[in-house]
Amino acid sequence: MSFLEIANLQKDFGGTRVVKDFNLAVEKGEFVSFLGPSGCGKTTTLRMVAGFEQPTSGVIRIDGRDVVNLKPNQRNIGMVFQAYALFPNMTVAQNVGFGLKVAGRPKAEIDARVAEMLEIIKLPHLAERYPFQLSGGQQQRVALARALAVRPQVLLLDEPLSALDAKIRVSLREEIRAIQKKLGITTIYVTHDQEEALSMSDRIVVMNEGRADQVGTPFEIYNRPTTRFVASFVGTLSTLEGRVVDPAAGTVSIGDSTVSLGYRLAERQAGDAITLALRPEAVTLGRDEARGAHLSGTIRDVSFLGSVIRVRVAVGSGTVSLDTFNSPSAPPPEPGDLVTVSFAPGDLLVMED
Amino acid sequence: MKANRFWSWLFLILGIAYFVLPLIGTVEFSLKMRRGEYSLDAYWAVLADPRFQATFGYSVMMAVATIIAGVVLIVPTAYWIRLKLPHWRPFIEFVTLLPLVIPPIVIVFGYIRLYNTSSWLPLTGTAAGTNLLLMFGYMTLSLPYMYRAVDTGLRAIDVRTLTEAAESLGAGWLTIMWRVILPNVLVAVLSGAFLTFAIVIGEFVLAALLNRPAFGPYLQLIGANRAYEPAALAVIAFAITWACMGLIQLVTRFQKHTMARR
Repeated sequence: MSFLEIANLQKDFGGTRVVKDFNLAVEKGEFVSFLGPSGCGKTTTLRMVAGFEQPTSGVIRIDGRDVVNLKPNQRNIGMVFQAYALFPNMTVAQNVGFGLKVAGRPKAEIDARVAEMLEIIKLPHLAERYPFQLSGGQQQRVALARALAVRPQVLLLDEPLSALDAKIRVSLREEIRAIQKKLGITTIYVTHDQEEALSMSDRIVVMNEGRADQVGTPFEIYNRPTTRFVASFVGTLSTLEGRVVDPAAGTVSIGDSTVSLGYRLAERQAGDAITLALRPEAVTLGRDEARGAHLSGTIRDVSFLGSVIRVRVAVGSGTVSLDTFNSPSAPPPEPGDLVTVSFAPGDLLVMED
Repeated sequence: MKANRFWSWLFLILGIAYFVLPLIGTVEFSLKMRRGEYSLDAYWAVLADPRFQATFGYSVMMAVATIIAGVVLIVPTAYWIRLKLPHWRPFIEFVTLLPLVIPPIVIVFGYIRLYNTSSWLPLTGTAAGTNLLLMFGYMTLSLPYMYRAVDTGLRAIDVRTLTEAAESLGAGWLTIMWRVILPNVLVAVLSGAFLTFAIVIGEFVLAALLNRPAFGPYLQLIGANRAYEPAALAVIAFAITWACMGLIQLVTRFQKHTMARR
């Protein structure tokens, strides 16, 4: 049995179903991210686990105990909010010790735990400061320490880095992950930032319109998306419309070119329309025989991104994006150039609708 | 540009004169009790009057009771409206504004009619009951100010997220109200409290018609029978009100965690 189980969870607001038949099993110590666009139901699902929203139907079990009918203050969960939610009238130390004080723990224990938590978040020198005297990043670290101080069974983080600037976001996500691993705490992390989800998570739940579209490791989600939505939401993806030439041999035509996928296309007939996709990093500019598959096209536009140059090549009715490293000695290609792009047939993803 | 400035200054000076001249006149008159020289005789006479001490003490006590009852009623109500029933806000705001459009005389006649000795709840039959009724009346009169002050305080904090954060840390409703919400709206509550204090100290109609020994009726009685003492009393009442306003400023200034908001 998994440590956190969510089964057939549904939530209606008015007449609208915002979470639809959501199922998930999270192991103890696992870091799972809910990833999806705004309004996909990820925060609502998290809030149902926290107890701030009552599910319309379904079961939530933490360590085998059904918590659906428990109030938030009876669930033993720790929560970190996007808006930090530190108590403005309390110092950092008082904030971190709040949960322990509410639980009636002895002062000596509270002081020791607060000191331990402030060490973990590397802010022991700010114990007597008030929240308004801290930066956003420091406030969020204190919020994390406060949530962890009560030793919750599950840690829930609701877009905790969204309000911070890019540089702090990167350093803080590494810190959160390191602390989570050190304490071995089961964690659910809500984000709309795919880079955050990919870099931090053991598994990702990609959500779309209230449903879990795909659950998998970051590697699986990125490299083997099973739906068109996951493929388009996670990472940059070029989609190409093609036609099946020989389903048994796995050959498809894209524009003027024919490509062999190297595997049989089950349940497809010759002449069927097929949607294929490629990641930019799977494609190289120029004819590379070692790659095995080639498409011809015209450069549509070129974007200079610093160390990388993104080139978009019109192929048939679609566009293939690819990244090349910037080289000061070689000028970037020009829009309008006729080029060939190469990729390994195995990198071509077949999209299901 | 220069002409504009001239008119601005002129209207400002006229406005100040409109407020300050009567005050200066009252202060000056209150000091003229002794023939031919300025003195504080009128003030000493007022302060030495046992009726002043009794009525002022009574009104202070009533003000404190009104503030406590008001805070207990209004803080949780405004909090709950903000957290759970935001669609009720327009209705509640309308209700809180009613005391501004319904004269106290109407309220007190309503009270006397509803709670007289032959009614099912004869509050006017005893002094304690009438005191209670007067306190409710004062609560009603101060409702627009207290509710608005508290609501403004709640608007300045993220009530929902703070509540949820406290809940997730194991806190119940009482702990959340007492340790999280109230300390963060304390300045607003105190603003409302000082306004309530000022209203109660100067209120006449409710206290007079309920026949309670409050400061307002005493002011009226002295005003009808003496020359210099009423002026001294008016200055004292004015000073108390200003002291209340000053205290609001002081409390705001010395609350550590509110410094960032200013």
